Amino acid sequence: MTGLRYHRPDSLTAAAELFAAGDDPRYLAGGQTLVPVLRLRLDAPSDLIDLAGIDGLVGISGDRREIVVGAMTPHGIVANDALVREHIPALAGLAGAIGDPQVRNRGTIGGSLANSDPAADWPAAVLGLGATVHTDRRAIAADDFFTGLFETALETGEIIARIVFPVPRRAGYARVPAPASGFPLAAVFAAETAGGPRLAVTGAGPCVFRLTEWEEALSGGFDAGRLAGLALAADGLNHDHHASAAYRAHLVAVMARRAVAGAAPS
Amino acid sequence: MTVDIRLTVNGAPVHAAVDAAVLLVDLLREHLGLTGTHVGCETGHCGACTVELDGRAVKACTVLAVQAEGASVTTIEGLGDPDALDPVQAAFREHHGLQCGFCTPGMVMAARELLRRHPAPSDEDIRRGLDGNLCRCTGYHNIVAAVRAAAADLGRDGQGP
Repeated sequence: MTGLRYHRPDSLTAAAELFAAGDDPRYLAGGQTLVPVLRLRLDAPSDLIDLAGIDGLVGISGDRREIVVGAMTPHGIVANDALVREHIPALAGLAGAIGDPQVRNRGTIGGSLANSDPAADWPAAVLGLGATVHTDRRAIAADDFFTGLFETALETGEIIARIVFPVPRRAGYARVPAPASGFPLAAVFAAETAGGPRLAVTGAGPCVFRLTEWEEALSGGFDAGRLAGLALAADGLNHDHHASAAYRAHLVAVMARRAVAGAAPS
Repeated sequence: MTVDIRLTVNGAPVHAAVDAAVLLVDLLREHLGLTGTHVGCETGHCGACTVELDGRAVKACTVLAVQAEGASVTTIEGLGDPDALDPVQAAFREHHGLQCGFCTPGMVMAARELLRRHPAPSDEDIRRGLDGNLCRCTGYHNIVAAVRAAAADLGRDGQGP
């Protein structure tokens, strides 16, 4: 018998109240990170507050201007959604590259964003498209959302409700998966948006980041040739037994060119 | 904390009182005696514990039993029996899609989902569809052959997995 308490509230308000009342609570979304973390004893919360009982957090809507994805929508639903495939095919492709089929059936976009794993795929799309993260209390621009290694702008107890993606003129995503885990060693989401070109990198740094100088190189035309010769400094990039920081820097440049070259029109 | 849960397992109603930290796979194996679902890694990597939760393949070691409240679960025991195997099970036997057999229940459950998505899969579709399942015997070649054959059988019968 463990002391773990389990709750399944039916509203965001009730969930936030349970969180405020708990000793050391965690929200539970799809559980594809949190449940293994509990099994490995890397975390031992007092309470699990399951968000699965809250209506309105699963589903996709939108039009040719923006796509709205509910925070509890599993990756596999996004990957196969007709609206997403039509308007932002790179977003559907990214969702379909996460984990494996079983993980995509359970894991959610909101859970992934709140976790802000340095090698997660979703942050690249959210930052690359300049999306907005809507929570139970405010709207947060992607540029303000990711703040560090497993760190976000979310306040204690704040819950992601949905993500709004503006439809770009075109977008592409290129990634190099680690052979065993499938997590990207480095990946770049490239988008030509109404506000200009955007390039977001995941897997290579403590959290997702933009290549703002490279974006300027694309301002004259969304053409991979304009990135030729641009190099990223290895300082501060991730290094582990899969890849050195210098190799990741090299991969970022290659992935950036591939993402731009492969960008599909919306 | 003990939680009362009600769910459906292989078509039968189940009412259980479980600790909040109990995994779905442990509910199936320890509480219900359904030991066909195997535990390989217990951390979501190997896929040996794959079952269907409301019709979708999931790894039962990364789902808490309490999360299955109100859901319908299908395990390998819910497919066929030795006298009347499910078409996917039959294809695994016919094409020797197993060596030690430990990963097989999870492979069969994952194969059913991939055949629902891809009724006529390419070998690449099959390998991608089984991406979440590891075979430590590395018997993948015959597993792919078995799934390919199951697709052909199901296509002939006009029935889905």
